Amino acid sequence: MELKTRVLGLNGNAAVAYAMRQINPDVVAAYPITPQTDCVERFAEYVSAGLVDTEFVTVESEHSAMSACIGAAAAGGRVMTATAANGLALMWEMLYIAASLRLPIVMMVTNRALSGNINIHCDHSDTMGARDAGWIQLFSENAQEAYDNIIQAVRIAEDLNVRLPVMVTQDGFIISHAVERVEVLDDELVQNFVGPYKPVYPLLDLAHPVTYGPLDLFDYYFEHKRSQIEAIDNSFPIIKKVGEEFGKMTGRAYDLLETYKLEGAEYAVVALGSTCGTAKEAVNVLRERGKKVGLLKIRCFRPFPRKEIAAALLPLKGVAVLDRSVSFGGFGGPVFTEIRSALYDAPSRPLMMDFFYGLGGRDIYPEDIEKALQTIESVVQKGTVEEHIGYLGLRE
Amino acid sequence: MPSLKELAKRKEMLTPGHRLCAGCGAPIAVRLILMAADKPVVAANATGCLEVSTSIFPYTAWDIPWIHSAFENVAATIAGVESMYRAKKRRGEIAEEMYFVAFGGDGGTYDIGLQALSGALERGHRFVYVCYNNEAYMNTGIQRSSATPLGAWTTTSPDGEAQPGKLQWRKNMTEIVVAHGIPYVAQSSPWNWRDLTSKAEKAFHANGPSFINVLASCNRGWRHLPSDTLKIMQLASDCCIWPLYEVENGKYRLTYKPKEKKPVEEWLKAQGRFKHLFTPENRHLIDEIQAYVDKEWELLLKRCEA
Repeated sequence: MELKTRVLGLNGNAAVAYAMRQINPDVVAAYPITPQTDCVERFAEYVSAGLVDTEFVTVESEHSAMSACIGAAAAGGRVMTATAANGLALMWEMLYIAASLRLPIVMMVTNRALSGNINIHCDHSDTMGARDAGWIQLFSENAQEAYDNIIQAVRIAEDLNVRLPVMVTQDGFIISHAVERVEVLDDELVQNFVGPYKPVYPLLDLAHPVTYGPLDLFDYYFEHKRSQIEAIDNSFPIIKKVGEEFGKMTGRAYDLLETYKLEGAEYAVVALGSTCGTAKEAVNVLRERGKKVGLLKIRCFRPFPRKEIAAALLPLKGVAVLDRSVSFGGFGGPVFTEIRSALYDAPSRPLMMDFFYGLGGRDIYPEDIEKALQTIESVVQKGTVEEHIGYLGLRE
Repeated sequence: MPSLKELAKRKEMLTPGHRLCAGCGAPIAVRLILMAADKPVVAANATGCLEVSTSIFPYTAWDIPWIHSAFENVAATIAGVESMYRAKKRRGEIAEEMYFVAFGGDGGTYDIGLQALSGALERGHRFVYVCYNNEAYMNTGIQRSSATPLGAWTTTSPDGEAQPGKLQWRKNMTEIVVAHGIPYVAQSSPWNWRDLTSKAEKAFHANGPSFINVLASCNRGWRHLPSDTLKIMQLASDCCIWPLYEVENGKYRLTYKPKEKKPVEEWLKAQGRFKHLFTPENRHLIDEIQAYVDKEWELLLKRCEA
């Protein structure tokens, strides 16, 4: 099919709402929360204007949003929603159930700091808190990626080897509210890419009644969890395949990770989300100064691409990991601990530090990332890590 | 309404072999309600006795599509199922007519599930919500709920030197639902099979949300013989502590008027959970309960006469 695209000025919320219109899901159940609200409002306008024939369920809470999504998805159709921060936290119980019932729900999350104190701006404490819930998690660097990821998420979630919910994140306000150049596809291209929904054990199939969500005790629960582990691991090749296919169509291919100037690099910064854009700028500046530095961007955090990350980082001398959320009392943030674990089996490993940054929407500048890279370079020169944890942009 | 003979010929949707206790009121209520459905039914269940006892993997007692996800959200879950049905119907992907029913205990309805229920009623999903009301959290082992009557012993409102069981009146959930202005609301009890099946049929036929608050004795928690379940529940209606009535499009109708209004003491005396009330120092509570029942009964009669 001929590639038909348009370039629009859209913020991240609008880009995702636009993709949702093109996907035209059977059911959307959502509750507004800053900074996601704009996305739900725009989708409501599409419903009101008759541009989608989605059943739009304006629930009374995020807990009910995810509960209704679960009921709708089990009934046997395409289901989407969106949330942020405390809304995601209120869904917490239901996130696990959605994944355990193997329901291919697609959810956009505008990353926002969890209370308290209450804060509406970006960090990753919400989505990192949900990392063990059994959802696939794709992070977006900008509005274009948020748009592209949402479309791919439908295919990934619904793949018969996967059948798991997918969370697509974009950084609150930084992406969700900043208008960018977004290349959108023709509606028909999107429809063809996502394809028709294939129901698996739909509740509405009266001829084949099924029982969803039974009491599952010590005699079977463990095996069911084991099969869930299998399912999310199965998604690795599917995420790659869908990303390649999307690339063939649009010229924008996606993988589990993105490397930026890592070839021949000695030091690298690892980040997720919008900070990767800032980090690319910092890498460019340092490269101009003759520093051998690069960036590893993690697009897919769940499942965690341990092998690919190890392969990308092992040739390096030093790695500065950026964590936009805290695991209180843990040894570093979630990204740091996962990456250290991924490198453990290698006979020799780069030295590594974790840098907390950007909590509650604190801005991060290229200079902060330069500082992180300089710090890890000096640590490597000393030959030992004295302090594993650093902070960027913090008043102390 | 079909005859009992005809109803009995309908397919059992909740099949024998489930693991609810002997004498439990819940499956009697569920079977009578489902018997009244003249079209296929899709059911959702809140966490509770009915759910855990009918779905132990790899078995299921449900011969119809059935979903359980959590405790506080059965109304939201069935709302999702019904929304998918509407979407598929509109897109011409499904033609069959079917009913949607949600079952929750008093815990899942009066307390933890109240918000999701209120939301689903307000949005106007077409579904029947059934509260099988055993007046406490029985699944976790008899803890008080906001449906537990004043003075009742439960494990979280035990009677002791300082307290005579539960200290509060129960909440009037049926009236809370009536206030949502939905097409059909009823209060019923399985001792009167005709009352319950007729109301269930009306609930299924309602053009919008409908709600049935059905008393469902738990002999473990109420402390009576399993064989006395229906007798005890009839006593509740005869003492007017559990009146049978309906509110159809705002119009109240009493569906059972006892020939002789029995004193509430008879109902209390029949159950071990009220045993401690029959001491001289707690006697005044029985009078308070009687006064409470009388007041509510009079109010209901007035509403029905209006």
